[in-house]
Amino acid sequence: MSYIIDRRLNAKKKSTVNRQRFLRRYRKHIKRAVEEAVNQRSIRDIEQGGQVTIPSRDISEPIFHHGDGGQRQRIYPGNKEYMEGDEFRRPQGGGGSGSGKGKASNQGEGMDDFTFNINQEEFLDFLFEGLELPYMVKKKLRDATQTETRRAGFTTSGSPEKLHIVRSLRAAHARRIALSGKERRQVRELKKELWKLEDAPTDPENTKRRELLRAEIDALEKKIRKLPFIDDFDLKFTNLVRVPVPSSKAVMFCVMDVSGSMTQAIKDMAKRFFILLYLFLTRNYKQIEVVFIRHHTHAKEVDEEEFFYSRETGGTIVSSALTLTGDVIRDRYPAGDWNIYVAQASDGDNWDGDSDACRQILINRVLPYVQYYAYVEITTGPHQNLWLEYERVREAYPETFAMHQIEEASDIYPVFRKLFARKMEGAA
Amino acid sequence: MSRPAKKKQPLSTGSEWTFELIEAYDREIARLAKGFRLDTYPNQIEIITSEQMMDAYSSIGMPLNYNHWSFGKQFVETEQRYKRGQMGLAYEIVINSNPSIAYLMEENTMTMQALVIAHACYGHNSFFKGNYLFRTWTDASAIIDYLLFAKKYIADCEERYGAEAVEELLDSCHALMNYGVNRYKRPQPLTAEEERQRQRDREEYIQRHLNDLWNTIPQKEEQETHRVSHFPKDPEENILYFIEKNAPLLEPWQREIVRIVRKISQYFYPQKQTQVMNEGWACFWHYNLLYGLYDEGLVTDGFMMEFLHSHSSVVYQPPFDSPYFNGINPYTLGYNMMQDIRRICEHPTDEDREWFPQLAGTDWLDAVHYAMQNFKDESFIQQYLSPALIRELKLFEIYDDAESPTLKVSAIHNEAGYQRIREDLSAQYNLGNREPNIQVYNVDVRGDRSLTLRHYMYNNQPLGESSEEVLRHLHRLWGFDVHLESVKADDTVCAQYHCPPREVLETL
Repeated sequence: MSYIIDRRLNAKKKSTVNRQRFLRRYRKHIKRAVEEAVNQRSIRDIEQGGQVTIPSRDISEPIFHHGDGGQRQRIYPGNKEYMEGDEFRRPQGGGGSGSGKGKASNQGEGMDDFTFNINQEEFLDFLFEGLELPYMVKKKLRDATQTETRRAGFTTSGSPEKLHIVRSLRAAHARRIALSGKERRQVRELKKELWKLEDAPTDPENTKRRELLRAEIDALEKKIRKLPFIDDFDLKFTNLVRVPVPSSKAVMFCVMDVSGSMTQAIKDMAKRFFILLYLFLTRNYKQIEVVFIRHHTHAKEVDEEEFFYSRETGGTIVSSALTLTGDVIRDRYPAGDWNIYVAQASDGDNWDGDSDACRQILINRVLPYVQYYAYVEITTGPHQNLWLEYERVREAYPETFAMHQIEEASDIYPVFRKLFARKMEGAA
Repeated sequence: MSRPAKKKQPLSTGSEWTFELIEAYDREIARLAKGFRLDTYPNQIEIITSEQMMDAYSSIGMPLNYNHWSFGKQFVETEQRYKRGQMGLAYEIVINSNPSIAYLMEENTMTMQALVIAHACYGHNSFFKGNYLFRTWTDASAIIDYLLFAKKYIADCEERYGAEAVEELLDSCHALMNYGVNRYKRPQPLTAEEERQRQRDREEYIQRHLNDLWNTIPQKEEQETHRVSHFPKDPEENILYFIEKNAPLLEPWQREIVRIVRKISQYFYPQKQTQVMNEGWACFWHYNLLYGLYDEGLVTDGFMMEFLHSHSSVVYQPPFDSPYFNGINPYTLGYNMMQDIRRICEHPTDEDREWFPQLAGTDWLDAVHYAMQNFKDESFIQQYLSPALIRELKLFEIYDDAESPTLKVSAIHNEAGYQRIREDLSAQYNLGNREPNIQVYNVDVRGDRSLTLRHYMYNNQPLGESSEEVLRHLHRLWGFDVHLESVKADDTVCAQYHCPPREVLETL
């Protein structure tokens, strides 16, 4: 007697705990793979999972086993031409008839490294390992000018196309029932009496009384029928209201200095920061556009590849980038339709006479339109005049303008959290 | 059982399976199996998805197990290779328990399900119930309960002492898992009930017992000191057992975990020793049972074609020079040997009469049952590998001496080679030869409490490169210095390993 059991609906993820323990154990390797992936990938597909390769020597579990050496007799199948006593040289490499069993795997190169995939969530966990992603709820967003039509119950007035027939007829029915209640009760009583009389033996008085009753019933029923089938105040209309909703579209400006003083290491750090901002935005908005503006003495809108990897030298005039940002906002991203975020990364170098202009442009042309402007200065040196000017901007726009210094990669995340923590408090 | 003259209606014609069909096939196969005297535990057939199969893979085939990262690694590896199409999943997993649990994948066709039922539920199952090793070493009715106990106990320990501490301990135990078995001593059957009750007493008892051993107050009599000067008196092959009972610094809960690992290792020990026989037996019966169905007309020609296709790929042996060669296929060897026994019984040649006088002409069913019940791979091959099969598989032997630049063909499938091939193939399946023979040799009880292991070399084969690593794990368990000596057959020490490493001495 066998029992047949369908287990297909049972829990599937039995191995999850073990898998997580495995990932935790090899955190170092995975982190390295994640970091490499971050540097290689475009900002937009950073959110996917990734492939992790661990050398199998690091991952093997040690056991006592025989090493090479000593004498062995091994039996093999499929003899073709060998005769007893034949001797031949030991084949090199993991050939089929290789000696020893220590490395019996002859399945090819695939076995050398242990490669596996981690999913998006794990990828992000490792990317920001040790740093909790802040709980970035959708706060009330400023300047939400878009509206959305939503149903909001029923009203008694409205345009004919919004007439709700079922509701209207139900109301009419209810009204008719309510208004005819007294008459119908009388009719019921009279009918009862009438039936009694009909059952009783016929005599003249009885007949007279019956006729009287019939007349009365007729009169009452006529009265009931007179009630209008549908009346003006039976009409019900679908009520639609317009509620303001925050725009679901966001644009993110990545502004970066690419002058000679920006090394690739600094750019990589800036890239991490931009990635974080992008991830933050993806959690809040349905549609995100990213605009890359790089500048040295001139600003230029470029694609991502060029933004991070092409090199140009030259001086630094930050205001050129800010002007371009302002122009792009004005031309393509009206603040009413778009949530605008700007992230600027720089090493703090600027041409001396320009910083004042930067402040002016920011205050007049950029900050009035943007949701948030984050400036990170990636430097270990002392602050220069750009930083000082920006501090004045921060005083003018404490809600939307934030700035911070990053010295090394590990600062990025705390800085990011600080930048956005303030924003959330302000909006809450 | 008389065979009906008229053929029956096939049970099914399509490849889709249903629960009713599985039941019908199981009923018919069970009926045939009974005719072949296959005695089984009750079957519990579970239909699972491929993900669940991967889960099962990565908990050493058991329906539940304690948590450890290495199972996660296994899972990740299986999943990766399966998704890339580098490997298929096994069609079934069967668990030596009572009732015996067999997993069938939902992706299988009806033919495959029938094959799996015959193979696992009647082949493996009857092997588990009948073979002497399993009868002696494992208690099928208790294993699931025991694993439940183990899982809970280890989870409790993690809560109380931290997952890290438990993981470290398990790592060390796993490194020595192969040395957590009694190869020759008979075990006590393990039952979860007893286990739980006795666990407390044991903790106390061991601690007391240890204190005796490690008592540093000088013994009164000179002889007493002499008595303990060599401890253990006889070398101990079960290293984990020795650790559990004698490691000076382990906490009671650590001893219990060592015990759990060693018990589970012991449970799997018979499976390691009977791979050829077990698979051979199961293949032999799925072949015969499904042919039985075919003979009665219960299955169609198409069913048989599909079955034979799977069957022949399972029992295919790639030759040694094939890129697919990965050692001798235990399915091939086992299946062919079982069929060979039947052939020798039914149609013996003169050669067979000479080699197997006890088999030729006897009842084949008795013969295969006897073979299944009373042997393990090593002795089974020694006893039953016939010259005919050696010729058929074209077996030959390579003698590989590391000292010599060349390999030598020392035997081939001819009159002179049969006996030698049979003996050496048998030795190849002797676990004692496959795994280095390492035993606890001495503890310096009066001195630095160091533990010395001895590796009794087999054919002068040295230890592999991860030995140092294993020794570090042993050191973690033992708590004091650990030494390992490789000893040649003439009792001379030819290699030494120490943990912590002894660099100064090495250079002398």
